[in-house]
Amino acid sequence: MSEYIIKVSHLQKSFGENPVLNDISFDVEKGETISIIGSSGSGKSTLLRCINMLENPTDGVIEFHGRDIRNLDISVSQYRSKVGMVFQQFNLFNNKTVLENCVIGQMKVLKKSRTDSEKTARTYLERVGMLKYENAKPMQISGGQKQRAAIARALSMSPEVLLFDEPTSSLDPEMVEEVLKTMKSLAHTGLTMIVVTHEMSFARDVSDRVLFMDKGVIAEQGVPEVIFNNPENPRTKEFLSRVINK
Amino acid sequence: MPQLPNTFGGWIVFIIDEYGELFLKGMANTLLIAILGTIIGFLIGLVVAIAKTIPVRKTDKAFKKIVLKILNVILSVYVEVFRGTPMMVQAMVIYYGAAQYLGLTMDPIFAGILIVSVNTGAYMAEIVRGGIISVDKGQTEGAMSIGMTHWQTMTSIVLPQAVRNIMPSIGNEFVVNIKDSSVLNVISVSELFFTAKSAAGTYLKYFEVFFIAGAIYLVLTFTVTRILRLIERRMDGPDTYVITGSQSDSMSVLKVKKRS
Repeated sequence: MSEYIIKVSHLQKSFGENPVLNDISFDVEKGETISIIGSSGSGKSTLLRCINMLENPTDGVIEFHGRDIRNLDISVSQYRSKVGMVFQQFNLFNNKTVLENCVIGQMKVLKKSRTDSEKTARTYLERVGMLKYENAKPMQISGGQKQRAAIARALSMSPEVLLFDEPTSSLDPEMVEEVLKTMKSLAHTGLTMIVVTHEMSFARDVSDRVLFMDKGVIAEQGVPEVIFNNPENPRTKEFLSRVINK
Repeated sequence: MPQLPNTFGGWIVFIIDEYGELFLKGMANTLLIAILGTIIGFLIGLVVAIAKTIPVRKTDKAFKKIVLKILNVILSVYVEVFRGTPMMVQAMVIYYGAAQYLGLTMDPIFAGILIVSVNTGAYMAEIVRGGIISVDKGQTEGAMSIGMTHWQTMTSIVLPQAVRNIMPSIGNEFVVNIKDSSVLNVISVSELFFTAKSAAGTYLKYFEVFFIAGAIYLVLTFTVTRILRLIERRMDGPDTYVITGSQSDSMSVLKVKKRS
C-alpha cells in the first residue's frame, strides 16, 4: 500500500459569502510531483494556502500522515516547517542576506546551531546555484535568483512536502527557465511537490499527476498524458487549447 | 558698571560673554530632554504598536480575545488623549497634579523628560504602527511558511524593516522635541528657552537674546538631522556585495553594486 503524506477531503473555503473552494478531495503520495493547473481565480492558490494553514478552511479535513492538521501533536509552526512553501512574489526577507534567509528558520524553528544551519543552507544554495550570492541582499539580485534563493530557503528546513504557488509567474521570460530547471531537478530527488503553475511544459513533462481546477472544484485529474492528450472534461479541453495555442 | 554696547553686534558679543555659560546649560538640558524623550517615547510607541498589532484569530480562546480587546481600548485612549492635547497643558496637569494630589514634587528636568516621553510615545505608537503596516505582507507569510511564530516574525523580520522605514519620522519627532521642549518653561525647566528668557530680562534685550537662542536651536536640529541621516545609511548596509569564486578562478573576488 502506498503512503499518503497529505490527504484532502471535502475541503470547502469561502471568503465571506464568496465560495472559493468547493468539495475538494485528493491525496498526495510520498515522492509524487503534482501539478495544479487552471485559470486565474479557480482557487488553486487558496488550496495551497489551506494546506500550509495560511488560510483556515471553512469545512472539510486536511490530513498529514493520516492526522487532521488542526489536531496534530506538533505545533502549527512545526507543521509549517515540514510543509514548505515557495511564493509567486518570492517573499525573501529583505533585511537579510541570501544566506541569512536560509539560516534563520533553522535556528529559530528547528533550534539548530548556527554552524549546522549554515552548512545545510550552503548545501542547498549550492544545489540551486546561488552559493556565490550568499552575501547579497534580495534587493541586489534578479527575480530568477530570488526565486532560487527562496527555494533554497524552503529546502533548508528539510520539509517533507514543498508547495509552489505559481513560482514563475512574476518572472521575466528568460528567467523562467532557470527556476523550472531547479524545480525539475528537485522532482527527480524524490521530494514530494505540489505545484500550482501556468507552465504547461512543466506540468506535462515533470509531474506524476495533474489536477485541473475550474471554479473552485477539481474538474479533472489524472496522469499528464491523459490530461494533455485526451482530456475527458470539455472545460479541460477548452482551457488547454487556450493556454497552449497562445 | 561696565560700558554697555550700542550696536547689534556689540550686544551679541556682550550677551554671549555674560550669559554663555547659562546658554550652554540650557542647551544641555534641552538636548538631554529631547534625546531621552525621543528614545523613551520610541520605546513606548514600539510596545504600544506591537500590542495593537497582535493578530486575533477566530480560533483563539475567549479570554485572550477579551484581554486583547481591553488592552486595545486602553492604548487607544492613551494615544488619543496625549495626541489630542497640547504638551504645554500636559506639563501643567502632570507637574501640578502630582504635587497637589500625590504630594510628589518632581525635579523639573525629570518631569520634563517624563512629559516629553509620554507625549512622544503617543505619536510614535502611530508612527510605528504605520511602519509595521508598510512592511509587505509577503514578509510575514514567508516567515510563517517556514514555521516562525508571530513573535519571531515580528522581532526578526517585520520590526527591523519597519524601524528602518520610519527613521525619517523618528528624526522628525526628534527635531520637534528639541524645539517643543521650550514649552516646558511653564514648569520652570531650565532648558534653552527658559534660560534665554531670564537672560533677556536683565538688559531688556529680547531681540538679541532670542536671536542667539534661535541660532542655537538651528545648530542643534541641523546637527541632529545629519547624525540621523548617517545612522540611516548605516542601517542600509553596504552598497556592494561580494561574489567569491568564478568558473575560471575559484579565488577571484567580485564586488557587485546594488541595483537601483
